[in-house]
Amino acid sequence: MPSDLAAGNNSRYRLVTTAAGDTLLQLTGSFTLTSLDRSFPTVTKELAKLASQSDASSLHWDLTDVSQLDYAGAVMLWRIWGEQRPAHLLLRPEQERMFLRLEKSVSLPEQPRRILFLPISMLGKQLLRFLDHLTGMITLSGQIVLDLFFLMTHPGRIPAREISANLYRTGAQALGITAVVGFLIGIVLSYLTSEQLHMFGADIYIVNILGMSIIRELGPMLAAILVAGRSGSAMTAQLGVMRVTEELDALTVMGIPHSMRLVLPKIIGLGIALPLIVLWTSAIALLGGLVAAELQIGLSIHYALTALPDTVPIANLWLGLGKGMVCGMTIALIACHFGLRIKPNTESLGEGTTNSVVTSITAVILIDAIFAVAFSNIGIRIAS
Amino acid sequence: MAIIDPVIEITGLTTRFGSHIIHENIDLTVYKGEILALVGGSGSGKTTLLRQMLGLVTPAQGSVRILGARRYDCGREEQRKLRTRSGVLFQQGALFSALTVFENVALPLREMRTLCEGTIRELVMLKLGMVGVEAQHARKMPAELSGGMVKRVALARALALDPELLFLDEPTAGLDPALSEGFVDLVRSLREELALTVIMVTHDLDTLVAISDRVAVLADRRIVALGPIPEIITIDHPFITAFFGGMRGRNALRALQQH
Repeated sequence: MPSDLAAGNNSRYRLVTTAAGDTLLQLTGSFTLTSLDRSFPTVTKELAKLASQSDASSLHWDLTDVSQLDYAGAVMLWRIWGEQRPAHLLLRPEQERMFLRLEKSVSLPEQPRRILFLPISMLGKQLLRFLDHLTGMITLSGQIVLDLFFLMTHPGRIPAREISANLYRTGAQALGITAVVGFLIGIVLSYLTSEQLHMFGADIYIVNILGMSIIRELGPMLAAILVAGRSGSAMTAQLGVMRVTEELDALTVMGIPHSMRLVLPKIIGLGIALPLIVLWTSAIALLGGLVAAELQIGLSIHYALTALPDTVPIANLWLGLGKGMVCGMTIALIACHFGLRIKPNTESLGEGTTNSVVTSITAVILIDAIFAVAFSNIGIRIAS
Repeated sequence: MAIIDPVIEITGLTTRFGSHIIHENIDLTVYKGEILALVGGSGSGKTTLLRQMLGLVTPAQGSVRILGARRYDCGREEQRKLRTRSGVLFQQGALFSALTVFENVALPLREMRTLCEGTIRELVMLKLGMVGVEAQHARKMPAELSGGMVKRVALARALALDPELLFLDEPTAGLDPALSEGFVDLVRSLREELALTVIMVTHDLDTLVAISDRVAVLADRRIVALGPIPEIITIDHPFITAFFGGMRGRNALRALQQH
């Protein structure tokens, strides 16, 4: 006479002692991922406890009453059994097939150990990667120079449409954001300095400060950094997506070189567009500064504009525009370099775009520093 | 086989993209345990219909009921249950390119938040074994896999939660004949083993003939024919005659008669 010893969670199992004196564990109900749902861990724990309590060799498992069994349920039991069939097991034919499959299943191969955290190997890897990028960038710029020579002899092949499209996208469409940022920075700068100058009665020198700082430094830098974030990232992402969708490969098989059709127009386009944006940003920032000065200390804009040519030598403007051109071409070169290196997966796309923007902003500031040192005696009037 | 329970019920479904009408008043019922194939010319809205069943696109009119629940306006918990009860194989595989093969298949299992790491590992390797992906590929990234392998890993991911309902979008497109035959065998044996209901969109006549129980033919914005292949081919409709009457169609049907 069998006797019930225990009935478990929602009566998923019955523990029965048979006439022969063996313990029989009858599983009932549905053992599927959806039906177990949140009770999966508790059922697992209960069954594991039962299995460990009784002697493995005398415990009989009976699964013939289970209404539904899926692989999640089967794996749960399999793990309770210690990845092998228990000595006494009753199965229905379709369950038999599932466990046969489980027996054949192989385990995940161990991951090869990598020494990632050794600081020296990390440092070496970083250095190698940096050198790799550097050579890549030099190769790309060399290729561009070769393309330029080619275009000089074949003027018909100049990608004029692409250059014009890039000019519009990176130049015309950036006017709004650069104007807003420039105007606000001009106001802030003027607002802060005019009060200080007013204390010394040196109000009119606001023209010197605004003119020199904006035309020589702030205008070019603001424009370059904004464009690096705006257009640099777009260029990298565009090339990256073209890699992912195999468009780059399609161009190659058509015999259209990437460097000439994709990279060169971007470099030339941004090389033309950025100086123009620099001019625009400087003008708007100056306007913002002078408006603020007029409101704050009553300096007339008319006076300020007439005094500007005397206080700020024209060389500063050329310096700003020159910086703009160099920065623009560098940003485009860096963006294209990172874009072409993107591997066809989403993570690489994100990483490449981030690296591109960070590198180009760093490069912009580096270029600014080089300009500052190299042209330190140009355009600056030293009081004698 | 007792085919009684409807798994999917589509009633009065109309789809419009702008002024362009794709489907007009479509009714379709899919029963438990069957393999239903959706066929139709390019642009006839097969994939759109599939996406509506998946809840990715909402139709302009009509309702879709899946496993008894309304697809578009049921609660969050019900939506979650629905998603765990159905698996999808996308046309391009749609494997997460940033994750390894193993992690791709493990992702739906992890999302259940009830399984321990050991169980997940065992289940993933089991599913990969089921679709014939060897253990050595488990650590690879999707970009390193061949097209057939991507399909198989994607199928393993679709099967990760032991779904009752499997959606296949062009399961054999881009596979060579041997591979697609293997894939068909795989789907057939998995259907037996897991009691699956399968809805598939396919262009491949051999696949169609080999595994579908019923075929729904989409043309002229509606379902012009629905039934087993022998019935379908007797229907006189320009698309059906063109689809099954061509050289390839005749060959595939000859294979059906030999069975």
